[in-house]
Amino acid sequence: MKLLHYWRAMWGIIWRELWRFVTQRERFISALVRPLVWLFVFAAGFRAALGLAITPPYETYILYEVYITPGLIGMIQLFNGMQSSLSMVYDREMGSMRILMVCPLPRWFLLLSKLLAGTGVSVLQAYVFLAIAWFYDIQAPWQGYLWILPALLLSGLMLGALGLLLSSFIKQLENFAGVMNFVIFPMFFMSTALYPLWKIKESSALLYNLAQYNPFSQAVELIRFALYGQFNQHAFIYTLVAFIVFMAAAIIGYNPSKGMMVRKGGA
Amino acid sequence: MNSSIALSVEDLSFSYGGKKALTQVNFKIQPGECTVLLGPNGAGKSTLFSLITRLYDTRDGSIELCGFDIKRQTLLALAKLGVVFQQTTLDMDLSVMQNLRYHTSLHGMGRKQAEQRIQQELERLHMYDRRFEKVRQLNGGHRRRVEIARALLHKPSVLLLDEPTVGLDVPSRLSIVEYVHQLAVEENLAVLWASHLIDEIYPDDHLIVLDKGQVKANGTVDEVLKITSTPTIKDAFYTLTQGGQG
Repeated sequence: MKLLHYWRAMWGIIWRELWRFVTQRERFISALVRPLVWLFVFAAGFRAALGLAITPPYETYILYEVYITPGLIGMIQLFNGMQSSLSMVYDREMGSMRILMVCPLPRWFLLLSKLLAGTGVSVLQAYVFLAIAWFYDIQAPWQGYLWILPALLLSGLMLGALGLLLSSFIKQLENFAGVMNFVIFPMFFMSTALYPLWKIKESSALLYNLAQYNPFSQAVELIRFALYGQFNQHAFIYTLVAFIVFMAAAIIGYNPSKGMMVRKGGA
Repeated sequence: MNSSIALSVEDLSFSYGGKKALTQVNFKIQPGECTVLLGPNGAGKSTLFSLITRLYDTRDGSIELCGFDIKRQTLLALAKLGVVFQQTTLDMDLSVMQNLRYHTSLHGMGRKQAEQRIQQELERLHMYDRRFEKVRQLNGGHRRRVEIARALLHKPSVLLLDEPTVGLDVPSRLSIVEYVHQLAVEENLAVLWASHLIDEIYPDDHLIVLDKGQVKANGTVDEVLKITSTPTIKDAFYTLTQGGQG
């Protein structure tokens, strides 16, 4: 019976998140517009400026649009993870988070369910983006569209857990602008989403190191390889470990006896 | 475990950093009893509620719900609890039904049982016909009714209400006050109602006056009047809180 309780609660949380996402049409569209602008405008303009050597998983010369696509999927998930954390701060300010926190289930389980719900939304967005990219002639082997699913789940969980961790520190909604400037943008630009590592190394050793150890880079590489039916073990382990660390820290952050909640005077 | 005690708070103290919010708070609430927690703004009522609902950690003292310690037996204790928070906690973009179903899923209720309980609670509050409306379309009084219905869906033994009538018009306020008093008797429910509005107290209520984090009086309305040698609750409250707002 206990297991059934957990299942029903998790499904309830996921359903609520998906329903909200599907019914909030503006959110759905704006989540897609951002990466599409990058793909249609930025990548098209940048194509001529950046020469790309053949590097795995690619077996031939590729257009810049092809290179940037996994990075943009990562971007969708990064923004979605932060959006989930924004909604957690909003829920906490508005009080609806309290309803979740006073239900008779362990807090780690509730946070994990929230995270799965957010990841489900980001996977949905990623597939819609891939479908549009397909019509734009960015086409991967069909197996890639299956292999990418577990990769998207893991990368979505990792970025969502980071968002969750941040939300345990953010006191007010207004502070969220800081997250944009100090987390989302540095993570995105100091990664392999826009340029390959060897290209970054040519310009700066420091940037190269930062990009290499940036968990977002690893998530993007995991997605990139999976889209071409290949498994990048290093990226997988790195992303998995980052997920475990972020999740553990978020659980501590939301624990009433150890976390930030008491100091912040809100839940 | 004493089954006749629904909520027991013992030697409870709490501070935000160095600032004391509650000092040595003690009281007990029995089933079928409506207890009004009266205190001016900033008395510590919301802090006390956050501790009872385990949003904050209990460091000094203990809280038991139906004999379950909130710190050591958290899940068993929380299962006995229904809460209506001061701020509305409904999802405005979902319908009444969707909000309530979400709550039943968090409490592990199956579809059939959930539908049955939702119907029962909404009908009691004359809200069943409006179950498919979005919460955003409801007025403040009706939203409060939905929140009360939600808090009762899983049949709790203790119902906490944190200033649930704030911002409501007089008829809505009166109907909610009456409904909750009726619930305590009919459902044998232990009710803890935080308020700073004196007209929400009924003569048979149990009264706890909290001020600056301390319990200033704890007893029936008559007992509190006797202790303070005052003719009305308003005077008693004024005496106990030395002119605090109310």
